[in-house]
Amino acid sequence: MLAIFKREFNSYFTNPMGYVFLAVFYFFSGMYFSITLKYNSTDITMVFSYLFEVLMFIIPLLCMRLMSEEKRQKTDQLLLTSPVSITGLVVGKFLAAFAIYGMALAVTVVYSIILSFFATPQWAVIIGNIFGSLIMGAAMIAICLLISACTESQIIAAIGGLAAMLLLWMVENVAYLLPDSFAWLGNILSQLSFSSRYNNFCSGILNIGDVLFYISAVVVFLFFNVRVIEKRRWS
Amino acid sequence: MIEVKNLTKYYGDKHAVDGISFSVKQGEILGFLGPNGAGKSTTMNILTGYISSTSGSVEIDGYDILDNPIEAKQKIGYLPELPPLYTDMTVQGYLSFVYDLKKCKIPKKQHIDDVCRRVRIDHVQNRIIKNLSKGYRQRVGLAQALIGNPEVLILDEPTVGLDPKQIIEIRDLIKVLGERHTVILSSHILSEVQAVCDRLVIINGGKIVADDTAENLTRKLSRDFRYIIRVEGPQEDIQKVLSSIPGMKEVLYNGEKEPGAFEFSLESDPSLDIRREVFHRIVTRNWTILSFRSTEMTLEDIFLQLTTGDSAAAEATLAGADKEEEKPASVEPAQVASIEVVNPETGSLEDVSKPLEAPSDVQEKKVNMNENGGEE
Repeated sequence: MLAIFKREFNSYFTNPMGYVFLAVFYFFSGMYFSITLKYNSTDITMVFSYLFEVLMFIIPLLCMRLMSEEKRQKTDQLLLTSPVSITGLVVGKFLAAFAIYGMALAVTVVYSIILSFFATPQWAVIIGNIFGSLIMGAAMIAICLLISACTESQIIAAIGGLAAMLLLWMVENVAYLLPDSFAWLGNILSQLSFSSRYNNFCSGILNIGDVLFYISAVVVFLFFNVRVIEKRRWS
Repeated sequence: MIEVKNLTKYYGDKHAVDGISFSVKQGEILGFLGPNGAGKSTTMNILTGYISSTSGSVEIDGYDILDNPIEAKQKIGYLPELPPLYTDMTVQGYLSFVYDLKKCKIPKKQHIDDVCRRVRIDHVQNRIIKNLSKGYRQRVGLAQALIGNPEVLILDEPTVGLDPKQIIEIRDLIKVLGERHTVILSSHILSEVQAVCDRLVIINGGKIVADDTAENLTRKLSRDFRYIIRVEGPQEDIQKVLSSIPGMKEVLYNGEKEPGAFEFSLESDPSLDIRREVFHRIVTRNWTILSFRSTEMTLEDIFLQLTTGDSAAAEATLAGADKEEEKPASVEPAQVASIEVVNPETGSLEDVSKPLEAPSDVQEKKVNMNENGGEE
């Protein structure tokens, strides 16, 4: 697991993917942050709530290569015939992507420190925001990783991941559009919404249900991922 | 060391592997031979745990590949058909990753250097794999399999894409490895398998059609009714005498191979042993037999016979040979030998005419092979 994590993490920096991801993330978050400063606000929440849309586009790109490329290059033969469990393999890859995402998100700590020079920010809100983004990103990565495991093509993995992200983003709106007789369905759908739960974090509410939601999403999708790889051996 | 029992693999309703069983002992080099699509790679992928069998079991040193995958895989070094290389890494980086992946305990730097030296990639260690040629990539793949000194090496066509010099190097390497490791090697290059392997498993259509040493296969399958004889005497008379032997089907004149000595190819009825009669008739006429041998089937012939439409017949022959073997096997070779001894063989004439050509084993082999190849 550690070996796989190390290799994946390094490979983000031996090809441009890691740099591009970080650059895009830093650019947009920096943009929103400077807007915040321009309005003389110490409310960093705006930065985070806009970040959701940025993440929606760049997380599928971060994960598209992880599993699909192994299959295309047949390097999965090495991984699956070496003394590593499939769980170790999946978790190693997940952690590598998550570490890159963590590096990206770390920049918001810098923003908060900058803010603290102008006024005393609400630290609880900021910590809640960072924590919320962290576990929501983890859930997104787990979903995109699963999609990558289902295909041999990076492009399909990217588009599939993007579609899944869009769906999670819109699912709440879909729920509103449902007729009254389908209220129960709308109820379920709105519970699945990533953005509304994320907005809770953004407004400084640390709801244990939200935390559990994202963490269990990570666990469930990683588990599916293991099953998908396991199943391929039996087909 | 490796126990394979009743291995079966379906792809949909296609039988890729159909009830394969064999075992490999410690330190043995097993050649896995078969035409394209015979199920070689599938079998190897099952052995290494990359894919699962539909039924049957694989045990590596007592560990079942499905029940104890980690322990079993720890003992295997696998070079798949296409070397599993991360092309954006350097050779050094890649091997170090494999080292970590296999959780090796040996000193790292030293071990990687050692493996690189053995497959002769030490001078490209710092290059990116993407930029290496096919031959070097193949060797990096082999290096990867050797990392951690696994007890079992499974190599799927290890010499593909190498130049002739490298092929010989890799073969020699495999032979050396065979002293300490158990090796399974697949190939469709017959001479390679013959040169390297202790034992052959020939598979076709997902089934094992033969499992024996190369010599045994050759002996069992070559029905001893084609001979090449070289006699000193009057050519036409010899031909007449030979043709008149009962059971003789065909006598072909091959030309005057030495001054005054003529060579003939004989084909007889498989049910009759004409050797004694041939010997007798020639000796009573005071001619001299300079050489007399049965044309052995080459491995190539066996392979073709076993893997083409004829395979049912060949299997029957094999089975038959197994039964018959008990009685005549012990007698036959002795007799053949005696004929060769009685002949003045490489004696007087050949030695006098060509004193320098005291052929070594290797040369003799080559001559045999050339002659067989020309005739068949």
